[in-house]
Amino acid sequence: MKARVTISLKNGVLDPQGKAIEHALHGLGFEGVNEVRQGKIIELDLGDISTDAAPAEVEKMCTQLLANTVIENYTVELLD
Amino acid sequence: MKAAVIVFPGSNCDRDMKVAIEQSMGHSPAMVWHADTDLPETDLIAIPGGFSYGDYLRCGAIAGNSPIMREVVKKAKVGTPILAVCNGFQVATETGMLPGALLRNANQKFICKDVDLKVAANNERFVGAFETGQTVRFPVAHHDGNFFTDDETLARLEGEGLIAFKYSDEDGNVTDTTNINGSRNNIAGIYNEAGNILGLMPHPERLISDQLGGTDGKTFFDNLINSLS
Repeated sequence: MKARVTISLKNGVLDPQGKAIEHALHGLGFEGVNEVRQGKIIELDLGDISTDAAPAEVEKMCTQLLANTVIENYTVELLD
Repeated sequence: MKAAVIVFPGSNCDRDMKVAIEQSMGHSPAMVWHADTDLPETDLIAIPGGFSYGDYLRCGAIAGNSPIMREVVKKAKVGTPILAVCNGFQVATETGMLPGALLRNANQKFICKDVDLKVAANNERFVGAFETGQTVRFPVAHHDGNFFTDDETLARLEGEGLIAFKYSDEDGNVTDTTNINGSRNNIAGIYNEAGNILGLMPHPERLISDQLGGTDGKTFFDNLINSLS
Protein backbone atom coordinates (compact mmCIF):
# COMPACT_ATOMS: atom_id res chain seq x y z
CA MET A 1 0.00 0.00 0.00
CA LYS A 2 1.24 3.45 -0.89
CA ALA A 3 -0.04 6.81 0.27
CA ARG A 4 0.38 10.33 -1.02
CA VAL A 5 0.11 13.20 1.44
CA THR A 6 -0.46 16.67 -0.01
CA ILE A 7 0.37 19.53 2.32
CA SER A 8 -0.60 23.15 1.68
CA LEU A 9 -0.60 26.35 3.66
CA LYS A 10 -3.95 27.29 5.17
CA ASN A 11 -5.89 30.15 3.64
CA GLY A 12 -4.79 33.41 5.20
CA VAL A 13 -1.25 32.20 5.93
CA LEU A 14 1.23 34.31 3.97
CA ASP A 15 3.09 32.27 1.35
CA PRO A 16 6.12 34.35 0.26
CA GLN A 17 7.42 31.54 -1.98
CA GLY A 18 4.07 31.30 -3.77
CA LYS A 19 4.17 35.08 -4.19
CA ALA A 20 7.65 34.93 -5.73
CA ILE A 21 6.51 32.24 -8.19
CA GLU A 22 3.45 34.35 -9.05
CA HIS A 23 5.67 37.36 -9.83
CA ALA A 24 7.97 35.20 -11.95
CA LEU A 25 4.99 33.86 -13.93
CA HIS A 26 3.75 37.40 -14.50
CA GLY A 27 7.27 38.28 -15.68
CA LEU A 28 7.02 35.49 -18.25
CA GLY A 29 3.79 36.94 -19.56
CA PHE A 30 1.32 34.69 -17.75
CA GLU A 31 -0.76 37.68 -16.70
CA GLY A 32 -3.85 35.56 -16.08
CA VAL A 33 -2.42 34.01 -12.91
CA ASN A 34 -4.31 35.51 -9.96
CA GLU A 35 -2.55 33.69 -7.15
CA VAL A 36 0.04 30.94 -6.54
CA ARG A 37 0.19 28.82 -3.39
CA GLN A 38 3.09 26.41 -2.95
CA GLY A 39 2.83 23.14 -1.04
CA LYS A 40 4.54 19.79 -0.86
CA ILE A 41 3.80 16.17 -1.65
CA ILE A 42 5.11 13.31 0.49
CA GLU A 43 4.90 9.77 -0.89
CA LEU A 44 4.89 6.90 1.57
CA ASP A 45 5.46 3.21 0.89
CA LEU A 46 3.65 1.49 3.73
CA GLY A 47 4.54 -2.10 2.87
CA ASP A 48 1.79 -4.66 3.44
CA ILE A 49 -0.38 -2.64 5.85
CA SER A 50 -4.09 -3.44 5.51
CA THR A 51 -6.47 -1.06 3.76
CA ASP A 52 -8.42 -0.76 7.00
CA ALA A 53 -5.44 0.23 9.13
CA ALA A 54 -3.71 2.56 6.66
CA PRO A 55 -5.88 5.71 6.95
CA ALA A 56 -5.53 5.98 10.73
CA GLU A 57 -1.80 5.26 10.56
CA VAL A 58 -1.14 7.98 7.95
CA GLU A 59 -3.38 10.39 9.86
CA LYS A 60 -1.18 9.91 12.93
CA MET A 61 1.96 10.54 10.85
CA CYS A 62 0.42 13.76 9.53
CA THR A 63 -0.53 15.17 12.91
CA GLN A 64 2.66 14.12 14.68
CA LEU A 65 5.22 15.10 12.06
CA LEU A 66 4.35 15.58 8.41
CA ALA A 67 2.12 18.65 8.74
CA ASN A 68 2.05 21.55 11.19
CA THR A 69 -1.67 22.08 11.65
CA VAL A 70 -1.10 25.59 13.02
CA ILE A 71 -0.29 26.71 9.47
CA GLU A 72 -0.92 23.77 7.14
CA ASN A 73 -3.76 21.61 5.79
CA TYR A 74 -3.19 18.11 4.48
CA THR A 75 -5.02 15.54 2.40
CA VAL A 76 -4.24 11.83 2.20
CA GLU A 77 -4.71 9.63 -0.87
CA LEU A 78 -4.27 5.90 -0.53
CA LEU A 79 -2.84 4.24 -3.64
CA ASP A 80 -2.78 0.55 -4.45
CA MET B 1 23.17 26.60 39.29
CA LYS B 2 23.34 24.14 36.40
CA ALA B 3 22.47 24.62 32.75
CA ALA B 4 22.15 22.37 29.73
CA VAL B 5 22.43 23.21 26.02
CA ILE B 6 20.73 20.85 23.58
CA VAL B 7 22.79 20.03 20.48
CA PHE B 8 21.18 18.77 17.25
CA PRO B 9 22.93 17.80 14.02
CA GLY B 10 23.01 21.18 12.26
CA SER B 11 22.94 23.37 15.38
CA ASN B 12 25.42 26.21 14.84
CA CYS B 13 24.90 28.50 17.84
CA ASP B 14 25.34 25.83 20.49
CA ARG B 15 28.89 26.91 21.26
CA ASP B 16 27.97 30.61 21.29
CA MET B 17 25.24 29.71 23.77
CA LYS B 18 27.74 27.73 25.85
CA VAL B 19 30.18 30.68 25.94
CA ALA B 20 27.43 33.14 26.89
CA ILE B 21 26.14 30.95 29.72
CA GLU B 22 29.66 30.15 30.87
CA GLN B 23 30.59 33.83 31.00
CA SER B 24 27.64 34.65 33.27
CA MET B 25 27.52 31.41 35.29
CA GLY B 26 31.25 30.89 35.87
CA HIS B 27 31.27 27.28 34.72
CA SER B 28 30.25 25.29 31.67
CA PRO B 29 26.74 24.09 30.88
CA ALA B 30 26.24 20.42 29.98
CA MET B 31 26.09 19.87 26.21
CA VAL B 32 23.34 17.31 25.57
CA TRP B 33 23.19 15.42 22.26
CA HIS B 34 19.83 15.09 20.49
CA ALA B 35 19.88 11.30 20.58
CA ASP B 36 20.26 11.18 24.37
CA THR B 37 17.21 10.12 26.29
CA ASP B 38 18.22 11.52 29.68
CA LEU B 39 18.68 15.13 30.69
CA PRO B 40 21.14 15.88 33.47
CA GLU B 41 19.71 17.68 36.49
CA THR B 42 19.46 21.30 35.36
CA ASP B 43 18.03 24.70 36.30
CA LEU B 44 18.00 26.00 32.73
CA ILE B 45 17.67 24.36 29.33
CA ALA B 46 18.84 26.29 26.27
CA ILE B 47 17.73 25.25 22.79
CA PRO B 48 20.19 26.98 20.45
CA GLY B 49 20.04 28.39 16.95
CA GLY B 50 21.13 26.70 13.75
CA PHE B 51 19.64 24.54 11.04
CA SER B 52 18.78 21.35 12.88
CA TYR B 53 18.42 18.43 10.47
CA GLY B 54 19.08 20.85 7.60
CA ASP B 55 15.64 22.46 8.12
CA TYR B 56 14.21 19.44 6.27
CA LEU B 57 10.41 19.13 6.17
CA ARG B 58 9.91 22.37 8.19
CA CYS B 59 12.33 24.34 10.37
CA GLY B 60 12.50 22.59 13.75
CA ALA B 61 10.04 19.82 12.82
CA ILE B 62 12.41 16.87 12.98
CA ALA B 63 14.35 18.22 15.97
CA GLY B 64 11.02 18.67 17.74
CA ASN B 65 10.51 14.91 17.54
CA SER B 66 14.05 13.89 18.54
CA PRO B 67 14.51 11.68 21.62
CA ILE B 68 15.90 14.42 23.88
CA MET B 69 13.01 16.77 23.10
CA ARG B 70 10.57 14.38 24.75
CA GLU B 71 12.52 14.92 27.96
CA VAL B 72 12.70 18.68 27.40
CA VAL B 73 8.91 18.86 26.95
CA LYS B 74 8.45 16.92 30.20
CA LYS B 75 10.75 19.37 32.02
CA ALA B 76 8.90 22.31 30.47
CA LYS B 77 5.64 21.02 31.92
CA VAL B 78 7.05 20.92 35.44
CA GLY B 79 8.33 24.49 35.15
CA THR B 80 12.02 24.16 34.26
CA PRO B 81 13.10 27.45 32.63
CA ILE B 82 13.77 27.10 28.90
CA LEU B 83 15.47 29.59 26.61
CA ALA B 84 14.75 28.85 22.94
CA VAL B 85 16.67 31.00 20.46
CA CYS B 86 16.11 31.21 16.69
CA ASN B 87 15.99 27.59 15.48
CA GLY B 88 15.33 26.75 19.14
CA PHE B 89 12.21 28.97 18.96
CA GLN B 90 11.12 27.09 15.83
CA VAL B 91 11.67 23.78 17.64
CA ALA B 92 9.66 25.02 20.64
CA THR B 93 6.67 25.95 18.46
CA GLU B 94 6.88 22.60 16.64
CA THR B 95 6.63 20.73 19.95
CA GLY B 96 3.69 22.89 21.04
CA MET B 97 5.64 24.26 24.03
CA LEU B 98 5.02 27.70 22.53
CA PRO B 99 2.07 28.75 20.34
CA GLY B 100 2.28 29.80 16.69
CA ALA B 101 4.75 28.99 13.94
CA LEU B 102 7.67 30.65 12.19
CA LEU B 103 7.15 31.13 8.45
CA ARG B 104 9.53 32.20 5.68
CA ASN B 105 10.41 35.92 6.00
CA ALA B 106 7.87 38.00 4.10
CA ASN B 107 10.58 39.54 1.88
CA GLN B 108 12.02 36.06 1.13
CA LYS B 109 15.47 37.21 2.27
CA PHE B 110 17.84 35.78 4.85
CA ILE B 111 18.19 38.66 7.31
CA CYS B 112 21.48 38.95 9.18
CA LYS B 113 21.97 42.19 11.15
CA ASP B 114 21.64 43.79 14.57
CA VAL B 115 18.08 44.91 15.31
CA ASP B 116 16.40 47.07 17.91
CA LEU B 117 13.80 45.35 20.03
CA LYS B 118 11.24 46.82 22.37
CA VAL B 119 10.84 44.89 25.63
CA ALA B 120 7.08 44.41 25.33
CA ALA B 121 6.26 42.62 28.58
CA ASN B 122 8.33 41.92 31.61
CA ASN B 123 9.15 38.57 33.08
CA GLU B 124 11.67 39.02 35.90
CA ARG B 125 13.38 35.75 35.24
CA PHE B 126 14.16 36.42 31.59
CA VAL B 127 14.23 40.20 31.15
CA GLY B 128 14.41 41.50 34.72
CA ALA B 129 17.47 43.56 33.80
CA PHE B 130 15.37 45.65 31.42
CA GLU B 131 12.39 47.96 31.85
CA THR B 132 9.18 47.31 29.95
CA GLY B 133 9.18 49.68 26.98
CA GLN B 134 12.94 50.10 26.76
CA THR B 135 14.86 48.89 23.73
CA VAL B 136 17.69 46.38 23.49
CA ARG B 137 19.91 45.47 20.56
CA PHE B 138 20.41 41.82 19.60
CA PRO B 139 21.46 40.36 16.23
CA VAL B 140 19.11 38.35 14.03
CA ALA B 141 20.21 35.76 11.46
CA HIS B 142 17.27 33.89 9.99
CA HIS B 143 15.32 33.03 6.86
CA ASP B 144 12.22 31.78 8.67
CA GLY B 145 11.42 34.19 11.47
CA ASN B 146 8.01 35.44 10.38
CA PHE B 147 5.90 34.72 13.47
CA PHE B 148 2.38 33.60 12.64
CA THR B 149 -0.53 32.70 14.86
CA ASP B 150 -4.31 32.94 14.58
CA ASP B 151 -6.25 36.05 15.68
CA GLU B 152 -7.47 34.46 18.89
CA THR B 153 -3.99 33.41 20.06
CA LEU B 154 -2.56 36.77 19.03
CA ALA B 155 -5.16 38.57 21.16
CA ARG B 156 -4.36 36.27 24.08
CA LEU B 157 -0.60 36.88 23.76
CA GLU B 158 -1.20 40.64 23.72
CA GLY B 159 -3.82 40.57 26.47
CA GLU B 160 -1.91 38.37 28.88
CA GLY B 161 1.45 40.09 28.49
CA LEU B 162 3.09 37.09 26.83
CA ILE B 163 4.96 39.02 24.13
CA ALA B 164 8.56 39.42 25.22
CA PHE B 165 10.07 41.46 22.38
CA LYS B 166 8.82 43.38 19.35
CA TYR B 167 10.86 44.58 16.37
CA SER B 168 11.10 48.37 16.82
CA ASP B 169 13.32 51.34 16.08
CA GLU B 170 15.88 52.51 18.63
CA ASP B 171 13.27 54.72 20.33
CA GLY B 172 10.89 51.82 20.82
CA ASN B 173 8.45 52.73 18.04
CA VAL B 174 6.85 49.55 16.70
CA THR B 175 5.79 50.14 13.07
CA ASP B 176 5.45 48.31 9.76
CA THR B 177 8.81 49.78 8.76
CA THR B 178 10.55 48.19 11.76
CA ASN B 179 8.89 44.83 11.11
CA ILE B 180 11.88 43.15 9.47
CA ASN B 181 10.29 39.81 8.58
CA GLY B 182 6.50 40.19 8.45
CA SER B 183 5.79 38.80 11.94
CA ARG B 184 2.30 39.40 13.24
CA ASN B 185 2.28 42.49 15.51
CA ASN B 186 6.10 42.73 15.06
CA ILE B 187 6.58 39.80 17.43
CA ALA B 188 10.23 38.80 17.94
CA GLY B 189 9.79 36.70 21.08
CA ILE B 190 7.10 35.24 23.32
CA TYR B 191 6.62 33.53 26.68
CA ASN B 192 4.45 30.51 27.32
CA GLU B 193 1.45 30.97 29.57
CA ALA B 194 3.28 29.69 32.67
CA GLY B 195 6.17 32.08 31.98
CA ASN B 196 8.95 29.48 32.19
CA ILE B 197 9.72 29.41 28.46
CA LEU B 198 11.06 32.28 26.36
CA GLY B 199 11.31 31.77 22.60
CA LEU B 200 12.87 34.49 20.46
CA MET B 201 14.33 34.83 16.97
CA PRO B 202 17.13 37.32 17.87
CA HIS B 203 20.39 36.03 19.37
CA PRO B 204 21.29 37.53 22.78
CA GLU B 205 24.24 35.10 22.95
CA ARG B 206 25.90 36.89 20.04
CA LEU B 207 26.30 40.29 21.75
CA ILE B 208 28.05 39.49 25.01
CA SER B 209 31.16 41.68 24.85
CA ASP B 210 32.31 44.98 23.42
CA GLN B 211 34.57 43.04 21.07
CA LEU B 212 31.45 41.53 19.52
CA GLY B 213 29.80 44.94 19.15
CA GLY B 214 27.66 45.19 22.27
CA THR B 215 26.77 43.86 25.69
CA ASP B 216 22.95 43.79 25.81
CA GLY B 217 23.23 40.01 25.53
CA LYS B 218 25.59 39.85 28.50
CA THR B 219 23.13 41.91 30.56
CA PHE B 220 20.40 39.47 29.51
CA PHE B 221 22.40 36.37 30.49
CA ASP B 222 23.74 37.89 33.74
CA ASN B 223 20.14 38.55 34.84
CA LEU B 224 18.92 35.13 33.72
CA ILE B 225 21.68 33.26 35.57
CA ASN B 226 21.33 35.46 38.69
CA SER B 227 17.59 34.95 38.83
CA LEU B 228 18.01 31.16 38.65
CA SER B 229 20.94 30.88 41.08
